Amino acid sequence: MSLLLQMQNITKTFPGVKALDQVNLDVDEGEIHAVVGENGAGKSTLMKILSGVYPHGQYDGEIRYEGEVASFSGISDSESRGIIIIHQELALVPLLSIAENLFLGNEVSKRGVIDWPQTYQRTEELLRKVGLDEAPTTKVDKLGVGKQQLVEIAKALAKDVKLLILDEPTAALSEADSQALLDLLLELKSQGMTSILISHKLNEVERVADRITVIRDGSAVSTLNARNSETSEERIIRDMVGRDMANRYPERIRNIGAPLFEVKNWNVFHPEHAERQVIRDASFTVRKGEIVGIAGLMGSGRTELAMSLFGRSYGQNISGEALLNDKPVDLSTVGRAIDAGLAYVTEDRKGLGLVLEETIQRNITLANLEAVSSAGVLNEAEEQKVSEGYRQAMNIRTPSVFQKVVNLSGGNQQKVVLSKWLFAEPDVLILDEPTRGIDVGAKFEIYGIMNQLADEGRGVLMISSEMPELLGMCDRIYVMNEGALVGELSAAEASQERIMSFIVRS
Amino acid sequence: MTTPTADKTKSGSDRSTASYLASHLRDYGMLLALIAIMAFFQIVTNGTLLKPVNITNLFLQNSYIIIMALGMLLVIVAGHIDLSVGSVVGFVGALAAVMIVEWHWSIYLAIPVCLSVGIAIGAAQGYWIAYWKIPSFIVTLAGMLVFRGASLWLLEGQSVGPFPREFQALSTGFLPDLLPFVKTIFDVERMNGLALVSGVAIAGVLVWLGLQGRARNRAYGISGEPFVFFIVRNALVAGAIVFVAYKLSTFRGLPNVLLTMGILTVIYAFLTESTVLGRRIYALGGNQKAAKLSGIKTEWLTFLTFVNMGMLAALAGLIFAARLNTATPKAGVAFELDVIAAVFIGGASMSGGVGKIVGAVVGAFIMGVMNNGMSIMGIGIDYQQVIKGLVLLAAVIFDVYNKNKQG
Repeated sequence: MSLLLQMQNITKTFPGVKALDQVNLDVDEGEIHAVVGENGAGKSTLMKILSGVYPHGQYDGEIRYEGEVASFSGISDSESRGIIIIHQELALVPLLSIAENLFLGNEVSKRGVIDWPQTYQRTEELLRKVGLDEAPTTKVDKLGVGKQQLVEIAKALAKDVKLLILDEPTAALSEADSQALLDLLLELKSQGMTSILISHKLNEVERVADRITVIRDGSAVSTLNARNSETSEERIIRDMVGRDMANRYPERIRNIGAPLFEVKNWNVFHPEHAERQVIRDASFTVRKGEIVGIAGLMGSGRTELAMSLFGRSYGQNISGEALLNDKPVDLSTVGRAIDAGLAYVTEDRKGLGLVLEETIQRNITLANLEAVSSAGVLNEAEEQKVSEGYRQAMNIRTPSVFQKVVNLSGGNQQKVVLSKWLFAEPDVLILDEPTRGIDVGAKFEIYGIMNQLADEGRGVLMISSEMPELLGMCDRIYVMNEGALVGELSAAEASQERIMSFIVRS
Repeated sequence: MTTPTADKTKSGSDRSTASYLASHLRDYGMLLALIAIMAFFQIVTNGTLLKPVNITNLFLQNSYIIIMALGMLLVIVAGHIDLSVGSVVGFVGALAAVMIVEWHWSIYLAIPVCLSVGIAIGAAQGYWIAYWKIPSFIVTLAGMLVFRGASLWLLEGQSVGPFPREFQALSTGFLPDLLPFVKTIFDVERMNGLALVSGVAIAGVLVWLGLQGRARNRAYGISGEPFVFFIVRNALVAGAIVFVAYKLSTFRGLPNVLLTMGILTVIYAFLTESTVLGRRIYALGGNQKAAKLSGIKTEWLTFLTFVNMGMLAALAGLIFAARLNTATPKAGVAFELDVIAAVFIGGASMSGGVGKIVGAVVGAFIMGVMNNGMSIMGIGIDYQQVIKGLVLLAAVIFDVYNKNKQG
């Protein structure tokens, strides 16, 4: 077999972060090559470089495609060479028909007039190829996610694809749909198609892949032959997580008290699709002075669990019981949840956490304006004193609290969000990806703040996709997968391998 | 420690006068634009613009636009729009005419009823917008048609009037001169003491409040406006107020609507800048999801801004009917456009969360002075519309340009 693609010494730097460091990836013609790794390991960045999202010149290294050096200037450039990427979030227009979607931007037309008979004829051919038995005129929103995924593949085939990249194609699919998709991949392979499969699900990878490249912390650590008997799940997991754990977490003396926040049999259904259960029978406990982690992959339902608890901000048909200090507590609106002593620090700082065009001061006081006002009239001197106090205590690096938060770095923005919720004086803090997108120094400071909160006897629930962070910070870790808490580990027994095996085997 | 993106913040010490001006260009620009426009028309109309009678006219002509701009500012800050206000003006004027002229109701009954109807209209529209999440553009576009039709129906296509004198006083009345002795001090024949003294007093209070604010900022170690700017700005504003007050005092004194408008402006400026309610409206418009996750009842607040808008539109309707001394089915046509333009010229942002009461009032005056000045010059309504449209566009382009430059 000859080499179709060779990515050599690819290095990509974002301000302050090296996302990829000297990565090599070789893909043979006609193989299915799996790329696996943790969230944030750099898989997506690598694929974005390959597909031209980060054009030539924005990265170091060389791409050789079909034997010659390729320097793609954009997605359309790589697509014209037959490299098609199918993203995790489907890129179909729901209100257009299958045929219209298949040829969107690539219409079968003469002088701008669409040739419908030929469009439908070619659509039917493509649908047969991917094994989808639907009329070309069916609107895409009438199809389930599994069938939509097949339409995406058909769309790629319509563009004369030579190298198909699938980013977590089965993440949203049911078991049966996933099997059908994998079968299709094998079928396409037998017709000579080359594909790159990005996935977390090791059983799927083992089923279809010829070779597996493991990426960790921006480096390709190994390329394994999947047909080799030495390539076991354990080996892959070890390569995925096996980094050295330097002392990146501040020390804390543990002083864990009585149960503070208990959730029993929490069930949540999807806000739009009432039949889809997003959270299944989740039960957990957070004790006073305890930092509890929730591990899991993106999309496993961690954020949905947190937001459904915090004033039912997500989902519908929510059932289950929440206890604070052994007493049932009403969390039915955000206001009540705050009054009860809950705070939720969102993972989506910019979208859900901050009013970006407002000042630091106005953001910090927003969730507890009562404390800086009397009879509805704000005491701005008091407000300023409070926010200035947080600016110093949290070490928010800015000359004054009158800066707009939009101008702050990610770490400082996160400290503003944390200040806002500390000012609301919660007993239980839910921190959703509290260190996402911030630099190492600010991370350490935020860990320190978390330790301090626990020392004060509060309960901290920490959701994170970075396993080392969970292992470094938490007293106890729950593992979540597909909406259920599938495992619980104490700090002593927890390891990345154990967490990962709960996820890939559940 | 390394920060991935350098904070685009300047330290207090190197904050120069120039950088202050750059970041506050919009605030000063508004004021300068108003002054420039007034100076321009003062010259081209050979001094007619600032004659006492015309200044009085300016207030009477623009009072209802300004009053509605106060409510519209809140609506736009909350991230919405209200297209129905012009029709509500017409409808409430018609309702007042029917109650007062045809049914001979007392104005002390008719006025509260009319304001309540305005509140009810705002509530009806706000309900769909806030709780059903129907876009405000569509709900109030429907309202615009409904209430235009309803006023035609109420008036049966006719004009109804005239109103009793006491109702007309809502718009064209003047406050009695409570300080007649002033004129003897200056030894002139026509001089309204109340107008002059209150003008001087208001200017004095504004300067005093400004000084207080500066002192408080200094106490907290905040470097605010450079002192030169403070002096120039206050001298301009205080000078303008005293000048206008003097001009008014040589005509008929303080119009009733000026008092209404002034009090409402102060109330709404206070509400937006110094109350929990106001702060929450800005947060709602700035980022609705973040506001909601901070425990703010975003639906209820949205509802309230429309209720408030309905009430102010009804008040404007009464004042407009009183000024025309008749209710016509065409009353208030296209007012919504003037009101919305005033708010945007005043610096509010279409995406919500940004805008000031004072800006909206200045924006309304810019529109008003242009209307008035161009009419005096005898410019046709055709050109007037074109020019007003271009000024609105220029103001918003200026905003966007400024924002991009600041990055």
